[in-house]
Amino acid sequence: MSTAKVIHRRKRTPGEICFNIINYSVFGLFTLICIFPFYYLIINTISANNLSANGLVNFYPKGIHFNNYIEILKLKGLSQAALISVLRTVIGTVLTVMVSAFLGFMFTQQKMWGRKFWYRFMIITMYFNAGLIPTFITIGLLLKLVNNFWVYIIPAIIQPFNVILVKTYLESLPSSIQEAAEIDGAGTLRIFFQVILPISGPILATIAIFSAVNQWNSFQDTLIYITDEKLHSLQYVLYKYINQANSLAMLIKNSTNLSNETMANLASQQTPTSVRMTVSVIVVIPILLVYPMFQRFFIKGIMIGSVKG
Amino acid sequence: MPKKRISPGFKLFLLISPFMLLVFILSYFPLYGWAYAFFDYRPPLKLSQCDFVGLKWFEMLFRNPTQVKQLLKVMRNTFAMSGLGLLVSGLPIMFAIFLNEIKAPWYKKFVQTFTTLPNFISWVLVYSFAFSLFSNSGMVNNLAINLGLIDTPIKFLESDNHTWLKMCLWGVWKGLGWSAIMYLAAITGIDQELYEAARVDGAGRFRLMWHITLPGLLPTFSVLILLSVANFLSNGLDQYYVFQNAFNREHIQVLDLYVYNISVGGQNSYSPATALSILKSIISVTLLFVVNRLSKVTRGETIV
Repeated sequence: MSTAKVIHRRKRTPGEICFNIINYSVFGLFTLICIFPFYYLIINTISANNLSANGLVNFYPKGIHFNNYIEILKLKGLSQAALISVLRTVIGTVLTVMVSAFLGFMFTQQKMWGRKFWYRFMIITMYFNAGLIPTFITIGLLLKLVNNFWVYIIPAIIQPFNVILVKTYLESLPSSIQEAAEIDGAGTLRIFFQVILPISGPILATIAIFSAVNQWNSFQDTLIYITDEKLHSLQYVLYKYINQANSLAMLIKNSTNLSNETMANLASQQTPTSVRMTVSVIVVIPILLVYPMFQRFFIKGIMIGSVKG
Repeated sequence: MPKKRISPGFKLFLLISPFMLLVFILSYFPLYGWAYAFFDYRPPLKLSQCDFVGLKWFEMLFRNPTQVKQLLKVMRNTFAMSGLGLLVSGLPIMFAIFLNEIKAPWYKKFVQTFTTLPNFISWVLVYSFAFSLFSNSGMVNNLAINLGLIDTPIKFLESDNHTWLKMCLWGVWKGLGWSAIMYLAAITGIDQELYEAARVDGAGRFRLMWHITLPGLLPTFSVLILLSVANFLSNGLDQYYVFQNAFNREHIQVLDLYVYNISVGGQNSYSPATALSILKSIISVTLLFVVNRLSKVTRGETIV
């Protein structure tokens, strides 16, 4: 151990030390650039609103208060959008996890009629789609899913990539597990629910996290299929707030009590800036909460995917 | 009465058949929508009530001078963005190789954790960040004015200067850490004995990076490059949609955004948009076959 250390030390040339300093600094700088926007928004939402609206809060919070997070709930349409986002995330994730697990399991069943064909039939859709407009015409106009909540869910249920993940995972397990259950007389569905689901925990967790993040972040489907404000997702509402600062100011005036407008309240008075930033933070918080779990799962997930994809 | 027998294999198929039907409806049936490219489709009407116009829209895309000009602009943007994307596709490799040279595990983990984070937020949120930092009243302009560096705010977002570069940089900010993960994983798969042997031969740290780590990553790199060539026409919609405004439209309108803008996005030209969608799908599939072939020839295995 100690000799290794000595050798290590002796080998460091000035060039290497220089390289190390630059290497550490460049990564430090890039990491800072990645974190700073998150930090900047968060400190602004808890700072005095009259200061943050004038761009006076840059590196640390000033006049800390948490009023914004209480006031924001009074904004019309925002809690509805939050509900839509939560619902689509929960329902969409549960369904896609169940279906991916089931299809992944079924495609490991060698004796299935046309197994290879149906597997390819599904996989090809990863690489080929009819295009934005033909898809819009089918899903939106023919299936009548325009302005329908289920347009968030139905197209997201079958994700071929997730099915590949489950299938690959199950194939890595010993086949004797299923054989034992079959000898005990269990049918296919019973094997799936009582044997396969319980042992697929890690891979299903990976899928769940990925699809939850996708559902939460999804913006395009609202853009294409939804005009009804009641069905707007949080992402879409945030986009609207950023682009319509003026109408946002109106909305704020209507939602907050005007009699409170005294100097003392300026710090907690809602401004377009405070609303925009607070909604942004609300949108990002769930991501920050599940993010530590990613660390455990995602590398495994993409590695399996990259081998078989 | 003879009982009809269903084989166990077919029973298994019956269990997945509802899902295969769903795949058919969502992914194969829309091909029927290609028919709309050959009609003069006007939304409230049914297709059967619209005129059949044959190849009119395809001809218009290539004959009508204003259309051709517009399309060329869109294609120029698409090629520029995808081209820039290809140019910076070496960055994740460098990121992984240099990060691998950081020997303090906590620092490595710190960098990796926080540089991956932006990948998991939506483009709307990225736009919100961009707005907070770079708009006229954003942090950068405020700081620069307060420090006396500039008198009037620089219009970072509401101008058409360097639009391609800005979009590319946002892409790098969001995706670099994440893209590097694949390579970092590949580095752990490189045979440690190679390093030992090279060290015995007197190779220094930089030679190890250049002669062992980098070549070890090239197979992964070639797959990813080939895939991004296959996706050359698909820049996606979200990023360009949220960043587009009246000022930068000339340079931000990539093919996906253009198709959206002329159809669902307001102009209701569904038929020409479908014609464009068809061309895009055909070209993309052709590209995929070409790179797949290329991969088979050069690497001995296919990607898809």
